[in-house]
This record gives sequence, C-alpha cells and structure tokens, in this order.
Amino acid sequence: MEVTQILLNAQSVDGSIRKHAEESLKQFQEQNIPAFLLSLSSELANNEKPVDSRKLAGLILKNALDAKEQHRKNELVQRWLSLDIGVKAQIKAYLLQTLSSPVPDARSTASQVIAKIAGIELPQKQWPELIGSLLSNVHQLQPHVKQATLETLGYLCEEVSPQVVDQDQVNKILTAVVQGMNASEGSTDVRLAATRALYNALGFAQANFSNDMERDYIMRVVCEATLSPVVKIRQAAFECLVAISSTYYEKLASYMQDIFNITAKAVREDEEPVALQAIEFWSSICDEEIDILDDYGGDFTADSDVPCFYFIKQALPALVPMLLEMLLKQEEDQDQDEGAWNLAMAGGTCLGLVARTVGDDVVPLVMPFIEENLIKPDWRQREAATYAFGSILEGPSPDKLIPIVNVALNFMLSALMKDPNNHVKDTTAWTLGRIFEFLHGSTMETRIITKENCQQILTVLLQSMKDDPNVAEKACGALYFLAQGYEDVGLASPLSPYFQEIIQALLTVTHREDAGESRLRTAAYETLNEVVRCSTDETAPIVMQLVPVIMMELHQTLEAQKLSSDEREKQNELQGLLCGCLQVIIQKLGASETTKYAFLQYADQIMDLFLRVFACRNATVHEEAMLAIGALAYATGANFVKYMQGFYPYLEMGLQNFEEYQVCAITVGVVGDLCRALEDKVLPFCDGIMTQLLKDLSSNQLHRSVKPPIFSCFGDIALAIGENFEKYLIYAMPMLQSAAELSAHAASADDEMLEYTNQLRNGILEAYSGILQGFKNSPKTQLLLPYAPHVLQFLDTLYSEKDMDDTVMKTAIGVLGDLADTLGSHAGPLINRSVSSKDFLEECLSSDDHLIKESADWAKLAISRAIAG
Amino acid sequence: MAPHDLRRPFKRPAISDQQRRRELALLRQAQQRSDSHNRARRLASSLLSLPAADQPPSSPEPILEDQPIQIEPASPEPEPEAPEAAPTRDLNAVQASKLKGLEARRWFARQLMLPEWMIDVPPHLDRDWYVFARPAGKRCFVVSSNGTTVSRLRNGSVLHQFPSLLPNGSRRKDLSGPAHSYCILDCIFHEPDQTYYVIDMVCWRGYSLYDCTAEFRFFWLNSKLAETGACNPPAVHHKYRFSVIPIYDCDHTGLQAAYTGTVPYVKDGLLFYNKHAHYQTGNTPLALVWKDVFSSQYFLDTDSTGQVPAQQQVVLELQDDGKLTTSDDPPVVFGCMDGEFLHKSNLRSGNLLRFAVRDESVRLHDGKLEILDLQFVAKSNRSRAFADSYSKVFFQYAARHSPLRIEDLIASIQPNLGDNSKTTDVDMDG
Repeated sequence: MEVTQILLNAQSVDGSIRKHAEESLKQFQEQNIPAFLLSLSSELANNEKPVDSRKLAGLILKNALDAKEQHRKNELVQRWLSLDIGVKAQIKAYLLQTLSSPVPDARSTASQVIAKIAGIELPQKQWPELIGSLLSNVHQLQPHVKQATLETLGYLCEEVSPQVVDQDQVNKILTAVVQGMNASEGSTDVRLAATRALYNALGFAQANFSNDMERDYIMRVVCEATLSPVVKIRQAAFECLVAISSTYYEKLASYMQDIFNITAKAVREDEEPVALQAIEFWSSICDEEIDILDDYGGDFTADSDVPCFYFIKQALPALVPMLLEMLLKQEEDQDQDEGAWNLAMAGGTCLGLVARTVGDDVVPLVMPFIEENLIKPDWRQREAATYAFGSILEGPSPDKLIPIVNVALNFMLSALMKDPNNHVKDTTAWTLGRIFEFLHGSTMETRIITKENCQQILTVLLQSMKDDPNVAEKACGALYFLAQGYEDVGLASPLSPYFQEIIQALLTVTHREDAGESRLRTAAYETLNEVVRCSTDETAPIVMQLVPVIMMELHQTLEAQKLSSDEREKQNELQGLLCGCLQVIIQKLGASETTKYAFLQYADQIMDLFLRVFACRNATVHEEAMLAIGALAYATGANFVKYMQGFYPYLEMGLQNFEEYQVCAITVGVVGDLCRALEDKVLPFCDGIMTQLLKDLSSNQLHRSVKPPIFSCFGDIALAIGENFEKYLIYAMPMLQSAAELSAHAASADDEMLEYTNQLRNGILEAYSGILQGFKNSPKTQLLLPYAPHVLQFLDTLYSEKDMDDTVMKTAIGVLGDLADTLGSHAGPLINRSVSSKDFLEECLSSDDHLIKESADWAKLAISRAIAG
Repeated sequence: MAPHDLRRPFKRPAISDQQRRRELALLRQAQQRSDSHNRARRLASSLLSLPAADQPPSSPEPILEDQPIQIEPASPEPEPEAPEAAPTRDLNAVQASKLKGLEARRWFARQLMLPEWMIDVPPHLDRDWYVFARPAGKRCFVVSSNGTTVSRLRNGSVLHQFPSLLPNGSRRKDLSGPAHSYCILDCIFHEPDQTYYVIDMVCWRGYSLYDCTAEFRFFWLNSKLAETGACNPPAVHHKYRFSVIPIYDCDHTGLQAAYTGTVPYVKDGLLFYNKHAHYQTGNTPLALVWKDVFSSQYFLDTDSTGQVPAQQQVVLELQDDGKLTTSDDPPVVFGCMDGEFLHKSNLRSGNLLRFAVRDESVRLHDGKLEILDLQFVAKSNRSRAFADSYSKVFFQYAARHSPLRIEDLIASIQPNLGDNSKTTDVDMDG
C-alpha cells in the first residue's frame, strides 16, 4: 500500500483500520528509517497529496526528531545525525520546498520540522546555509512564502540557543522579522507571523537592545503593532512587550510612559485576550522589581546586577485605580471553574504583586475603594473590596496593616457567616487566610489573635467548613495558616482547648459527599497535617488517638474491590492523602521520646498497611507511602529490621522507578533513613541496594536531579556498614571520581546549571565524607589511600573555581577534615602538598556562616592531629 | 505559534502541602545525615571514654571513709536525644558528668593532666615550653552539656552547677551547634573574683583536643572561648565569668612577664607546659609546676589549719603488700607498713595515709630521693583522691633546703648559657 493511504488510514474513525495503519507505519520505520523519513518528507512536500496525509507525515517526521524525555531525545538526535548525508539533504530540500506550498497546514508543519532539524544541526555547525536561504525567501513577493518563512524563523529561534547563531545572522533575522511587522507590510498574515516570530527572537537580540537606535526601532514597531486593527496582532505584540519587560527590564525607562498609555487603553477598552496581556505586562514588571529588591535585601546601597527603576512606584497613582476597576469585572461561578482566568482575576493578582513591590505606599490608594465598596448591595462590589483587601496583605508592613486588620477582622468573620453570596464568602475566607498567613505568628510584635477572639475565629472557620465546597476549602486554608502561626508557641498553644474539636471538624469535612469538589478533601487533610505539625505536648494524646482513626481510613481504601479506573484513581488519591497524614503524625510523635514509645505500638500495623498500599502500585501513593516509611524507620530505629524482608522488594522497585523520578529520589532518601536506623543491620540488603544505585547512576534515563542524592546515599551506606563498604569501593570510587571531574567545572553562567552542579558536588562530597568516616579506625583504612590524592585534587579545583555555594563549602572543608581524621599521619604530607588546602581552610575558618566555620574548626583540629601524628 | 498561557495561581498558596511534606522529609534527612557525620567525627576523636579495663570495681566499696561525698546535680534533666540513637562512647562525657559518688570521683580524677613539680630545669625551656602564672584556687574540670555547666574538683566532687554561655552550657536556644555537643575545660576557680580561669581546653563542641599539642590547644582556647561570650560578666544565663590567662613563650621576657607581670588574680606559682605535648591525663613531666615565696603563698605545704608544719608531710597510698607508694605511674615506693600495725589499725590497701618526714631521714642518692623513716600521722582527709607524687615530695623537700630559685630558671635560658649538649627526649605520646 502506498504511504498516502496508510497515513490517511491512520486517521480513520474505524479503530481496526487505524490500528492496522499504525502497525504498518511502525514496521516501515523499523525496517528502513532513511527511506521512511524520506517518503514522509516527500509526502509533505507533494502539493498533489491530500492535506491530512501531508500533515500527519510532517507530524511523524517531527516526532522522529524530538521527544520530551531527555534520553529518548538524545537517541533521536544521534539517529538523525548518523543518517546518510544525501538522505538528509534530500529531506531538507523537500521541507524547504514545502514552505512555498499554497496549503497553509503543510507550510506550518514544514516550518516546525525545519526548526527541529536546525535545533539538532546548527549546534554541530551543520546546515550552515539554512538561515541564508530562509532570509532570501523573505524577499520573495508572495506573502504566503514570506509568512511561512517568518514562522520558520520564529520556531528556529525557539529551538536553537542564541550562542549557536552568529551576530551577523542574528542581525539579519531580526531585520527580516521587524520589517515583517512594520505597518508598511501589506499582508496581515505576514505581520502576525513576524510579530509571533519576534517573541521567540527576542532572546537573540541582546546586542541589538544595547544599541539605542536599534532598540528604539524595535520598540517603536512593537508599540505600533499593539495598535493594529487585527486582534491577534495586538495580542502577539503585547506578548512581545511582556517578554521584553522581563528580558530587557533595564532598557525600558525611556519607553515606560508610552507603554503605560498603551496598556491602560488596552486594559480598559480592548478585547479580553489583549487586555489580559496588557495587565500581564505590569505583573511581569512587578516580578522583575520584586526580584531586584529581593537582591538588594533591604540594603539599597548593595550592588545588584540590575538597578531597580521603581517603575511600579512611579506608575502607582494611575496603575492602582486601573487594577481596582478590573476587580469589578468578575464572572459568575469563577470560583468553581478550575480553568477560569479573566480580567478580575488578572487585575487582583497584579494588585497583589504591586503590593509586594511597593509595600506601604499601596495601602492609602486601596483603602478608599475597600471602604466604599465593602457594604454595597451588589455582590461584585463587596467581593472586589474584599479581594482588594486580601491582595494587599503581603508587602506592606505589619505596622501599617495591623490597625486596619484589627478593625476589619470582625467584619470579615461576620461576612463569612452571613453574606448571602458564595463568591463574597469564598474571597472573605481567602482573605482571612491571608491575614493569618502574613500577620499572625510568633514573629509579630502585635497580636491580632487574642484569647478573646480566638474562640470566635475558630467557631466561624469550623462553621464555614460546612459551607459550599469552594468556601469550605478556603476556610480550611485559613485554619492551616492559623495553626501555622502557633508553630513555635511552646507548651501552651491557644489552640489546645479546641484541638479535639478542630480535628473532628476536619475529619468530618473529609467525609463530606462533595469533598471531591474544589479539592476540598485535599485541603482538609493538608490542614489536618498542619494542625498536627503545630501541636504541642499537651495535645499529643489527641494526636495519638488520631493514629488508629487514620489507619482505619487507610484500611478501608484497601477493602474496595473491582474498581473502575476512575474509582481506582480516586482510591489512589485518598491513599496518598492518608499516607501523607500518617507521615506527618509519625514524624511528630516520633520526634519526642515520651510519645514515640506509645506510638510504636502501632508500628507493626502501620507497616502492614503501607505494604498493602504498595501492592496497589500507583506512583503517587507509592511516593507518599515511601515518604511515610522513611519517617517510620527513623522513629523505629534498629527494630525496623523486622520489616525489611517484606519491604525490601518495594524498596528495590522504588529505586528502579526511572520514569517517576520523584519516587526514585524519595526511595533513595529512604535508603538513607534505613542506614541511620539499622546501622550495620542494613548490611544484608546492601548488595541489592548498591546494585540498584549503581544502575541508576549509569542510566541515562534517570532524571539528573536524583544523582546527587544517590551519591549522598553512598555515604550513608558507608557510614552504616563501615569497612564492609570495602567491596563496593571498586565500583563507587570510579563513579565518584568521574562525577567529580565533571562537576568540578560548572562551565556555565546558567544559574540553574550551577545550582545543579553544586548539588552534585555536595552529593559527591557527602559520599567521600561517609566513606572516610566509615573506614575510620579500621585496619582497612589504607584501602582509601590511593583515592586520597584525587579527593584533594577535587577540593583544590572546587576552591579555585570560586563558585561553590555555602553548603558545598561546608561539606568540602569537612571532607578535608575527614581525610586527615581517617588517614591520620598518611594524610599530612598529602595535605601539605595540595595546592590550596591551607587557603581553603583559612577562608572557611573566617566564614560568617557558622556551619562552614564549625566544619572548618573540625577540619583544622583533625589536620593538626594528623600532622602532629 | 499559539498565544502563551498567562494564567497565574489564583487564591492558592504557592506551595502544595505534598511538596512541603517532601521538603520537610528532605530537611529531616539532611539534618540527620549531618548529625551522623558529626557524630562519626566526634566519636572518632573522643578519647573521653570509660575504658573498661581502667574502670574501678563499682562494688563492693572497700574503704569505709570513702562514702559518696558529693551530691548528685540538683535536677538531672532528661536526655534530649534517644540514648540508643547515639553510640554509648559518644555520651560518655555527658554520662560521666552524671556519675555518682566514688565512680564520678575516680573518673574525673583520672581525666586531669597533673603537672609534676619542677625539681630541675628541663632543657630548651625557652624553645619548647610555655609559661604562665597559675591562679590560686581550686583546680577543676568544667563540663558544659545538655544546657547546664558542672564544675568538678580534682577529686571529682561537684563544685558548682550553673548556667553558662559555654556551648550548651545553659538552656538557651543555642544555634551555634548541635544540641548534644559538649565542652570540657581545665580550669582553676579563683574565689576572690568568682572567676573560672581556663588553663587548658580538653573538648570543644564535642571535638576532643586530647591528642592535640599544647600549642594548638592554647591557640584554640584563645580563639574559641571568647566567641561564645563565656568571658562576659555574669548574667542570668551565665553565672560565672570565664577568663583566659596570658600564656608566654618561656624565653627571658616571657618568664619575667609571667613571674612579675600583673594579673587580675592571686598567683600560685608558675606552670610550664611543653608545647608539643598532648593532653595526657595523670601525672606528666611535660607540664611542670614551680613555686617560690614571691610567686605563691603556698610555697610550702600547709596543714588543714593553714600552718606550715615543722616537719615535711607526705601522703602515700597503702598497697596490698603494705608498701607505701606515690601516685606516680609506675608508683615510687617510699616505705612499707608493718603487717601487725596494719592489722591493729584497721587500715586497708588503697587508703591514703599521711606521714611526717624528719629531715635527717631523707637521703639523695644518684639524684633520687629516698626516705628512710616515715612517721604515721593519720589517715588523710577523705576528700583527697591521690597520694602525693614523687616530684611533689622532692620539691617540698628541696623547698625546705635548697629551693630551685627563679634565678636558676632565668639562668637556664640565658642564650649564652644554652646547653646543647643534652638531647631532649620529649615523649610525644602520639
């Protein structure tokens, strides 16, 4: 059968035809990948073929070049690169040819595929003629070719990193794109494609934005595009402004007045999608200034990479009224609709960001609006006033807010009880939660919650938990923060007298028929968790009584038989919540000697339940139960060994779970818990555990974030089993060494990469530390000697790179001490010979960070002992 | 290229409770990992354990007078951490501070480094030794742990239990270290200004300094003690002031400074510490005490009434076989008791006995002091833990006849008199 028909069949409504066609495609692909890709590209390029087969051909082509999963993606990249050069040239020619097709879908699909290939080849310095040939297309007269080419350039900028394209080509791309946006361009399609392409190309425009003339030109064209008669162009132009606000914040000063006028007009007059983008511009400016001011850390003389221009502060008198107007544009039922996003929501969110940016200054501008609208008959006005109040609770100083809150609190409590409107109550409960979150707690000098009003507040919140699910959910949230504020209150928590009642009310909520709506059940359990976390010794007996209750609930979820997939999902979710709750309880009761022993009577039964939950096999439950087991192991200590036989298979499963890397990461953490709980009793399980961990490390499928904890885990194991770690040295040490070499140089200005590199370094160093300490006082210490020079070299490199974070620094200097401590007199000469140990130690000794200093003190001691011999 | 989603979280806390649980679990694990690393480091370095072989039999107590002499600390606080969670060796310093009676006495008595008395000038005094003026007062061991500070005298009895700014020395929230870390200082409590003068640092924040050189210990002491605020004047959480004392290289200037310099305390002789010596418990020739009339009001031993007895007195320990020995290791035998006398007087081995020594019964033979005749005076004061050391007996004898004078010390370190013919055999005990 010819390809066209197969591609059409693959989209057939008839399942069996579809399945058959998919099989054929798969077979074709497996048998001869070059021919397969070539025939797909030829299909896509062929204007004689039906649009549906062409589209699918392009889509399959695209998926043959890229995947979400990193390891799969790497495979596909390698596969493409290894294809015959002639085949690739032919495919590319077909694709470029398709850009001129009269069929819009074919052009669009081709432009995405071209960008994917560019993403693979440009970093390899292949396909150097691509950008040139695309740019020559732009000068074609046919608008549809121009449009497709600009779209391709847009996708290309999304796929390729700016470093790969030289400045000359960047200049040409930007020129083409900005010209395409210009009002003189006749075709709307071309202008839209150009505007959207600019959005992606902005990341390439660093040099151009530093040039006043070029920047002025780009900004003028973008601002003009916001006035286009075509909604989509206006929307795309505002998107560009949003992107510019975060990428080129420091270059915006001279345009802000114009931008304010443009956005203000759009917010008030334009269609919603455009108005939302215009509000987003201001939210984005707030994000930038919040970050900058955060870097200042309250110290306005401090150096920051980017200075704050206080755009929000300057725009405040005009900006705040505009946002308050938006608050009145609520939609009915927006609180019940998960996906809702409208002007009122965007305006309120922006107002909250403004308050965080400017602090006290926002208060006098918002208060009149609140006072005027709070008691109006129209629910929209009451809701808007309440929302405005809730929005400004984070940012301004407590001094400024507490007097207002003291006046408003009673009104809010009564509104939550009596207001006839669901939205008003929802927002009121949310606002109460914000009050407790930001203005209640041990750090506050003035208390807004007193003995007198505490009972009233609780009565209202508990009553409100019986309201509609969305309101009840917010009431749970408010209680969450109320409890959190008493976290470190000491022995006598004001909540203690009501503790039993609160727990009962929350459990009742979890049993509500409609607890599945508005994530009410989840909120109730989360609040229960927080209430337990913040409980005190005097309420420990009530927490203890909660154990069998939650166990019973968990037991019941296990009884259900023959569930539909929908029911199964619900069961899994509930099991996750219950395991999470048990985890919190275990951690709480296990932390104090007095409660721990009473709690441990339940350990056997709880462990049994967890094992049964594992048997249901679901990622989230797996994860929550795993977390809870870590806490249980810690509480149980060496006695946990009796559960190991039953638990071990699941531990191994968790370690093998590459796909859900969170599960894997948590299981790795639990291995650490087991090592500390069981100490040398973990030995019989170590062969299996080490095998899995080594496999994990060698796998390119595993998410990179799990690797640092695996290294730390080596240290945990070594510390637990001491010299028995001997047999793993030949596997673990080379892995540590090569990871150390990789991580020694971050070689990237990318903050995220540097953070990861530091996590990796910390994991490696914790492994060294654990291994060195584990071998301490063992006759086998000399086995570590051959590795010592490498460890020291690693420390030297880290020191010379100057990009360690504090955690790495602390661990690194500790390793230096461990080396001296364990290797004793052997370490002395090695340390003396190392390039920077001495300077490193000096620097750490004079560190302001007491943890670094403490580690350095230790290292100094250990070294002095080693040298004194 | 579709428009980009610009929805932001609305009326939602920024972080989910599940994420919070994960983070709290990670935090707990990181904390526990760091605790176990710290514990391993400390464990490894702590010599402060109760070596089973050295432990005296706790029962039956053979000496009648040796009843427990001190009171258990007023309010023994519950351990803040699970006993089984920490290896027992690690807790020993803390446990030891709760030992009672004889056991505590014996244990603590064995932990102090006891200087020998200087009977001749060690070589290379200027190069290898420190000198400082010893404050007059009670030598004691100060242990801060679990939110309290306990000082114990040489015999193990508790002098004070009090809050202090030493790490973990009071029930304040101490952010500077783990809750179970402890400190052990070698101090002299100086009554007149109610100050603990720290003469040595044995453990700091749980790190043992036993096997560090004096040079390092003094450096550590001087850099760490003040950081804690322990040298501040007394306050609510800090009942007694701690103070370091000026320590000099034992060159000409240093010796003069220590000998004549003004210090805020009453001097009781000079202490000499070998720079390279570790903290060695018990008698050691690597720390020396020297006194004369100018530097100490206790140049000659006094009796319980403060009078200098007409005849030199010595305290010796009675052994199984009736021999009378000093506290040295190995002990020096100064005499023997007659079995019949023993039988009648109800004395038993282990008893500390006081004897008077007539001048004429002492003989110096090959540089060694021998006593020909010991006159039994009485059983020694019950609060004593040790017999006299050989060097003390010698020093006291010399003090009465031909004392080692400050001029002799100074002369020994005059550069032109430097005697390089003798080699030093410093025992490093490393």
